Amino acid sequence: MSGSLGLPLEIVLGTLVLWLALALASVAVSRYPEVIRSLFFVGSLGSLALCVAGFLAITRAPQVCVLPLGLPGLPFHLRLDALSAIFIILFGATTFSVSLYTTGYLKHARYPAGARMALQYHILLASIALFFLADDAYVFMVAWETMALSSYFLVVTDHQEVAVRKAGFLYLLIEHVGALAILLAFAIMQASAHHGIGAGYTFHAMRDSTLPTGLASAVFFLALFGFGAKIGLIPLHVWLPEAHPVAPSPISALLSGVLLKLGVYGILRVVFDLLHAQVWWWGVTTLLIGLMTALFGAIYSAVQSDMKRLLAYSSIENMGLILAGVGLTILFLSYHMTVLAALALTATLYHCLNHAFFKSLLFLGSGSVLHATGERHLGKLGGLIHRMPWVAFTMLLGTLAIAGVPPLNGFVSEWLLLQAFLGATSFPHPYLSMAVPLGAAVVALVAGLAAYVMVKFYGIVFLGRAREPQKSPATRIDGDPWERAALTYLALGCLLLGLFPAVVIRIFKPTLALLIAGLPANAHGHSPHHWFLLAPIDVAHASYIPWVFLGAIGLTVLMTFTAVRILFRKPIRRSAIWNCGYPSLTARMQDTAEGFGQPISHIFVSFLRIRRTLPTADDQTPVYRSEIEDLTWHGLYLPLARAVSWMTGLVALLRRRRIAIYLLYSFATLLVLLVLAP
Amino acid sequence: MNAREIPLQLTQFVLVVGAAPLLAGWIGQCRAWFANRSGAGLLQPYRVLRKLFHKSPVMAHEASLLFRIAPYILFGGMALAGAIVPMFSTGLPFAPVADAIALVGIFAFTRIFAALAAMDVGTAFGSMGARREMLVGFLAEPALLIVLFTPALISHSTSLTVIVMSLTAARLVLYPSMAFAAVAFTMVLLAENGRIPVDNPDTHLELTMIHGALDLEYSGRYLALIEWASAIKLLTYIAIGIALFVPWGIARSGHWAHFPLALAIFVVKVIAAGAGLALLETLLAKMRLFRIPEFLGTAFMLAVLGLLVHFLLGA
Repeated sequence: MSGSLGLPLEIVLGTLVLWLALALASVAVSRYPEVIRSLFFVGSLGSLALCVAGFLAITRAPQVCVLPLGLPGLPFHLRLDALSAIFIILFGATTFSVSLYTTGYLKHARYPAGARMALQYHILLASIALFFLADDAYVFMVAWETMALSSYFLVVTDHQEVAVRKAGFLYLLIEHVGALAILLAFAIMQASAHHGIGAGYTFHAMRDSTLPTGLASAVFFLALFGFGAKIGLIPLHVWLPEAHPVAPSPISALLSGVLLKLGVYGILRVVFDLLHAQVWWWGVTTLLIGLMTALFGAIYSAVQSDMKRLLAYSSIENMGLILAGVGLTILFLSYHMTVLAALALTATLYHCLNHAFFKSLLFLGSGSVLHATGERHLGKLGGLIHRMPWVAFTMLLGTLAIAGVPPLNGFVSEWLLLQAFLGATSFPHPYLSMAVPLGAAVVALVAGLAAYVMVKFYGIVFLGRAREPQKSPATRIDGDPWERAALTYLALGCLLLGLFPAVVIRIFKPTLALLIAGLPANAHGHSPHHWFLLAPIDVAHASYIPWVFLGAIGLTVLMTFTAVRILFRKPIRRSAIWNCGYPSLTARMQDTAEGFGQPISHIFVSFLRIRRTLPTADDQTPVYRSEIEDLTWHGLYLPLARAVSWMTGLVALLRRRRIAIYLLYSFATLLVLLVLAP
Repeated sequence: MNAREIPLQLTQFVLVVGAAPLLAGWIGQCRAWFANRSGAGLLQPYRVLRKLFHKSPVMAHEASLLFRIAPYILFGGMALAGAIVPMFSTGLPFAPVADAIALVGIFAFTRIFAALAAMDVGTAFGSMGARREMLVGFLAEPALLIVLFTPALISHSTSLTVIVMSLTAARLVLYPSMAFAAVAFTMVLLAENGRIPVDNPDTHLELTMIHGALDLEYSGRYLALIEWASAIKLLTYIAIGIALFVPWGIARSGHWAHFPLALAIFVVKVIAAGAGLALLETLLAKMRLFRIPEFLGTAFMLAVLGLLVHFLLGA
């Protein structure tokens, strides 16, 4: 079968085999940490190859192949099309840095943790690659389950701690509740696909059949629920803030940067590729859930004091924005507004790519901080810009990117999303035209909050002075060269994605054409001579040229700097901190994470559940404690758990532990059946 | 981009950067007059800048590179913002670089740098100022965006020059939605530029400061750049207000002959706006810090209301 496959598909399958081989090899060499580390480096080359394959595949026609694997009569169908390709590029580009980082990160790992991580990590990568290729429900679910299990094992790497095991279990549970919903969605589609005997499970058959709107809606909502569990939609987001902090940092980066995108891919695949009819209220529901998730994530990330929990809630926020983009696309598509649908989908895909880059950067960077200081709590860090300048500089770029300020990449997708919202004014329903642009207000609020959160995160970790006494404060702890290489690569990616958006969007074009039927060939305004200028509809409508933007600011800064240098060259005098002349000032008087988040918890108090312990007037050892808990636990999951245990209590009433009683039950059942029998 | 209009662009850039302290002087003078004082004169901000530039700066031992470059970034960002807002002509070759949304992005960019620089030295006042500045920012930024969306929807464009052109095309048509937006914009302007009632620019009380607390640790030329940048910011905000709500009199792209008249009209508008701002500041009292979310929430809701009015009335 080799000759007929086509190069990109061959590369992807080759990489998949390479990763599986690396996984096996890690078992063989488990006692040699240096060799284990080099396995990660080899694995990162596989990611690069995957990236190349994605770029090769995106402009080609979809390539299909049938693997002689699977059950008899149920072979694996694979397909590499423009949608898979774009996500394979994202996947390869992100995991390249994660593998590179892990090469350095595992320096201090002891047997068997390193080997176990190498085994699960490469199985995870291989399963994700297979997932993107899946062209039937069977291999899709196999890849999905392999992904879920291997990532579960990675999350519980430090399984000696109870908190880690609990978080891992929660992750596994929600993942599987989601997987059930996805399976049901496929079951409905398979049952309705009349395509030969036993072949209805292929995506090809599902694509060919058209479901009635009722069934299609059932499929849509099952898929939204199932993939939403992966994405972290409220109220299914609860695993994110638990699993991210306990996982090793490269795994957190992978969870946030890549695995969340699997859910987005799933939704895009099912909604735009497999289902044909798009109904407007699917779009409205998705949009609403997305905006709510974004706002919820933003508010909660502002009040966190654990570095990685903060980033996890920020991921929820970003996924909410991505889902809002998906909702907007469905809505536009349901009214055949293809150009606007393409704009919204571009914003969605762009944000996926951006989030993969900056969130991986931030998680990996906080991994370096965690390794160097052993501290995850924001309130105990501070002043790290002096001790880890390289990490601090790359993290500054990531911070600006996620805060959504120009000229970095976060701003580009935010800008595109806002433009899509502004275009949403000509729906046939006047209420829709009125309500949808108001979503832009929520996006703007979320963007403002994200900036707040990131100033808090960066300012408290890297700026100021160390809040707690440190072991050897003068030494540099700037991360391993591998780690720094990975961070630099990601920061550079954030910068380039921000500076040349028009180039990136041209890469998306085949994907847009695949998912949006009837898109005019030259829609989207970025004709070749506009490679430098981002203009979604046309230049008069809106435009943004980030590199000129950066150049202008850079030039002004340079000119001012030179002018000031030439004209006024009094030397800088270094002295102690002034602080308005207040004499006794300690590093502990700086703002803490709780203090910085206080205005947010004050404003959004009704969204949060805050438990405060205040000291009384005559307390000898006054303690002030305030804990902020996720509202979903008390609003939904704990009542749900109580209801379940109440019902099981009712069932327990029937159980009398006497054989005679059980015989009586059987007898009664038989009698009832006899009476009911016709 | 039209190459012939590059001199125009440069003129605006130089005028905005050069004359921004004059506006600050004018507002100070007006406030003095309203308070029945004689005032320090229009040129006082320039004297302050000259004094600061000539002093040798003092910097804490703990200050990092970020602390030193932040004033330059602030200045550069504000100068760029001032260059892309159409003030006396819509023929700005630089305008496609950033539309209204990107303009808000520039303000966010400089705000983040100012806040980070304030946290860099590690004082209680600095981080308090950063927190408050970000608080004002995250509430004011969405309000400003929604304010900008109303004219953007009227003119089907987020490009500021196109907005101004389409608003001036119709002679003195009053859009009811724009009235809401104008009120919201004034509130945002007061908050974002640290004016009364949100923040007192002349305060010496550290505990009530917002903007002032950000640059407490700065001195010499760095402080001069920051002060200059905030003067440019105020002028830019007033120019945005003029462009959105009273754009009439602006020279159209290519109409060179109208340019001196348009410049004169713009100067008159700015003088009036400055006097109005001074009057507003004299009449109002500074509010408590925790009333600020209410104040800006009102601005946000007014802006959203403007948007709704636009949809309801189609204007």
